[in-house]
Amino acid sequence: MSHRARAVTLAAFVVPVAFLAVFFAVPAATLVATGLREGGRWDTGAVLDVLGSASTRRVAWFTLWQAVVSTLATVVLALPAAWVLGRIQMRGRALFSAALVVPFVLPTVVVGTAFLAVLGPDGPLVRLTGALGAEVDLRRTATAVIVAHVFFNYAVIARTVGAAWAAIDPDTEDAARTLGASRWETFRSVTLPQLRPSLAGAAAIVFLFTFTSFGVVKILGGPRIATIEVEIHRRTTELLDLRAASVLSLLQLAAVIAALSLYRRAGRRRGTGRLRAGRSTSRPAVGAERFLVWGTVASALVLLAVPVATLVWRSFDNAGGPGLRYYRALGTVGRGSVAFVPPIEAVRNSLLFGAAAATTALVVGSLAAVGLHRLRGRTRGVADSSLMLPLGVSAVTVGLGFLIALDEPPLDLRTSPILIPAAQAIIAIPFVIRTLLPALDAIPDRMRDAAASLGAPPRRVWLEIDLRLLRRPALVATGFAFAISLGEFGATVFIARADAPTVPVAIFRALSQPGALNVGQAMALSTILLTMTTLVMLVVDRMGDARVGGF
Amino acid sequence: MATLAVRSIEKSFGAEPVLRGVDLDVADGSTVSLLGPSGSGKSTLLRIVAGLETADAGAVLIDGADVTRVSAHRRGVGVVFQDQALFPHLDVGANVAFGLRMAGVERGPRRERVAQTLELVGLAGYEHRDPSTLSGGEAQRVALARALAPRPQLVLLDEPLAALDQLLRERLLLELRSIFDDLGVTVVAVTHDPTEAGALGQRIAVLLDGRIAQVAEPGEVLAHPASAAVAGLVGHRNVAEGVAGDGVVRSAWGCFPAPSSAAGPVHVLVQPDGVALDPDGPLTGRVTGLIFRGGSAFAVVEGGGWPPLDVRARREWRIGDEVVMRVDPAAVHVMDG
Repeated sequence: MSHRARAVTLAAFVVPVAFLAVFFAVPAATLVATGLREGGRWDTGAVLDVLGSASTRRVAWFTLWQAVVSTLATVVLALPAAWVLGRIQMRGRALFSAALVVPFVLPTVVVGTAFLAVLGPDGPLVRLTGALGAEVDLRRTATAVIVAHVFFNYAVIARTVGAAWAAIDPDTEDAARTLGASRWETFRSVTLPQLRPSLAGAAAIVFLFTFTSFGVVKILGGPRIATIEVEIHRRTTELLDLRAASVLSLLQLAAVIAALSLYRRAGRRRGTGRLRAGRSTSRPAVGAERFLVWGTVASALVLLAVPVATLVWRSFDNAGGPGLRYYRALGTVGRGSVAFVPPIEAVRNSLLFGAAAATTALVVGSLAAVGLHRLRGRTRGVADSSLMLPLGVSAVTVGLGFLIALDEPPLDLRTSPILIPAAQAIIAIPFVIRTLLPALDAIPDRMRDAAASLGAPPRRVWLEIDLRLLRRPALVATGFAFAISLGEFGATVFIARADAPTVPVAIFRALSQPGALNVGQAMALSTILLTMTTLVMLVVDRMGDARVGGF
Repeated sequence: MATLAVRSIEKSFGAEPVLRGVDLDVADGSTVSLLGPSGSGKSTLLRIVAGLETADAGAVLIDGADVTRVSAHRRGVGVVFQDQALFPHLDVGANVAFGLRMAGVERGPRRERVAQTLELVGLAGYEHRDPSTLSGGEAQRVALARALAPRPQLVLLDEPLAALDQLLRERLLLELRSIFDDLGVTVVAVTHDPTEAGALGQRIAVLLDGRIAQVAEPGEVLAHPASAAVAGLVGHRNVAEGVAGDGVVRSAWGCFPAPSSAAGPVHVLVQPDGVALDPDGPLTGRVTGLIFRGGSAFAVVEGGGWPPLDVRARREWRIGDEVVMRVDPAAVHVMDG
């Protein structure tokens, strides 16, 4: 690499490194210090106290088992859909695949509220089972949390494993059949082992999401059910025990790193099959398969549609019949409400913060992607992993880090309006990088060579080739960052000021108030957020087939 | 060993008929090449024989027993797939052992049989290799070993050499031939390449438009193709329309004797070796192209009023030379339709 080229690479990293230093490294270091230091000395006594306490053990145990059960349930339920997506040729498959992603892009707060609408006191589940004479009330149960987790993560398994399924050479299955393997044996000894890497990878991601679940548990779990994330929030806001919260963050971090390293190991695999290029592996369903296909599609669509439809319906369903009462109430400061501002202002806040966060994430993320693209070999691997670090840290940890690190000189940003967009950008940047870097890498060098041989100097090559080809991925990444920001809850809830809530924070506040009107307002706000997110994702989807962050 | 009989097999995909009543007999221990252009349904026929696809009508008989309703894993038919389809998650040894494992062969004998079979295909000691590290030729041999290890009575090959380069293909062809002869196994090999079909099969069955158009020894198919389509498939270019009657066939290349059975519109085929230079010949044309195949050269000669002829070229011929020729009536083959 020439001096000049090296200078360009380094220059590209200046802004990303500075941004991540201030808004990620400093909060993380402060978090570690808060957890492990006492009176200027390293002190592990308090750590052991926190980790050894019965309540921590209870919370850790619940976090672990609900994540394991949620992951297993998602795998088992979504595997048939993966088969349909990977192997079955049918009309509307692309639509089915797109519909499955809807829950995954919904804000966790909306997912929580939607399931509250289904399972709550006046919800269809209670009414339906009540009419049958055996009322099932799943409010504040682990079951509710797990069901919502399955809803949220269904697409991760179905789409990731589906893509892997489509990449398996069906001839390997036929070969097994001609060698004497029954259908079941063929699935067990030929199909499943070839799916294993993607299955393990997708399951690790689901485990990670459910292990660090916050919004869903906060809303559906009630006061007695808490994951580590929820406990961090509780210790911070209710008990004002920042030390214990920091220790729990470190515990969380350790667990996440362990899960990520397992994930990376799952990624390393034996050679994959050689599937002839352009060969389609899907075929129409035959015989009894048709029942399985339709059963899978129908049950997936029901799982998908019921919570969303119930949420929307209940946001209009007032005591006196359908109407806009809950929506109208959003424009006022209610009696007994702790909201200092009409809830509808949260929409404006969310849009402003979202625009700022998306812009920041795009600038920082694209500079980082350009820098990474120019690196090679080990250096690139190390730089890439470092820039992805925020992905491994839960949103709650980011929020807590901001809260304790950026509230005193030299970085007193407590009242600064940049705090929320900065936190949301930290969460969105890895996704921006993961969208732009593959797009950059995919531009063949020969294309740049061709432009150069036609007389374009390096700057023109960059303008005419790279920038043109990156426009769509950049728009996709920005849209996705905007959607992340709109739905972000875990970090924002720590740092949002009482008079400037975002929509998810306003929903959460409404739900923590008693009374049907507050619940109704939460449903209405969730419906608004659902609409906003869906619109953004529709626009992103229109941008074409650039894949976001690997999904 | 085994005989294979295919009876009136029909198969459609949607409204598209692929096989329209196929009959084929393969004698015990013999090899038949199933030759056809892509889309002719030859792979479908193979999959029906293997039990991987169900025929709409007709029957498959192995050693006289109707196996039409027997599922693939109980037929004991070995298949070598196009692109090998090796199990990527298993090493070479486990790939070859798969069928033995399904048959419940004990560990010790299994390992022994895997070693023997790998030796048979020239890959002794490859047990622990990962399939992704194999060359195309090695992968093909492993696929063959995997199909042969359970000692099937009948082996089906689907475009076995399509993925390999020319040189390797010819070497493997001869090896396959000798392995099959040694084992005395019955083989059906699907291919679109007439050279491969001729080298591999004692007989060639030509599949065209979902029907068997001709079954004969390779030399016979080459010298006397049953129709213009078969002639085109095996690489003949000197085919022209003609009209037969009274023991004579008239074509643009001249009049030739015809079998007395031929009447009405026919096609005539002229072997490239059957065109001779003759200053008094009826065909005057120019050399417009020279093609080198192996050690010989062929010329495309074009004249007015008759279709271009492929002829064996003389060394001194150059493009643009004028030549006067005559077609040897003995080199003319008359085909129906």
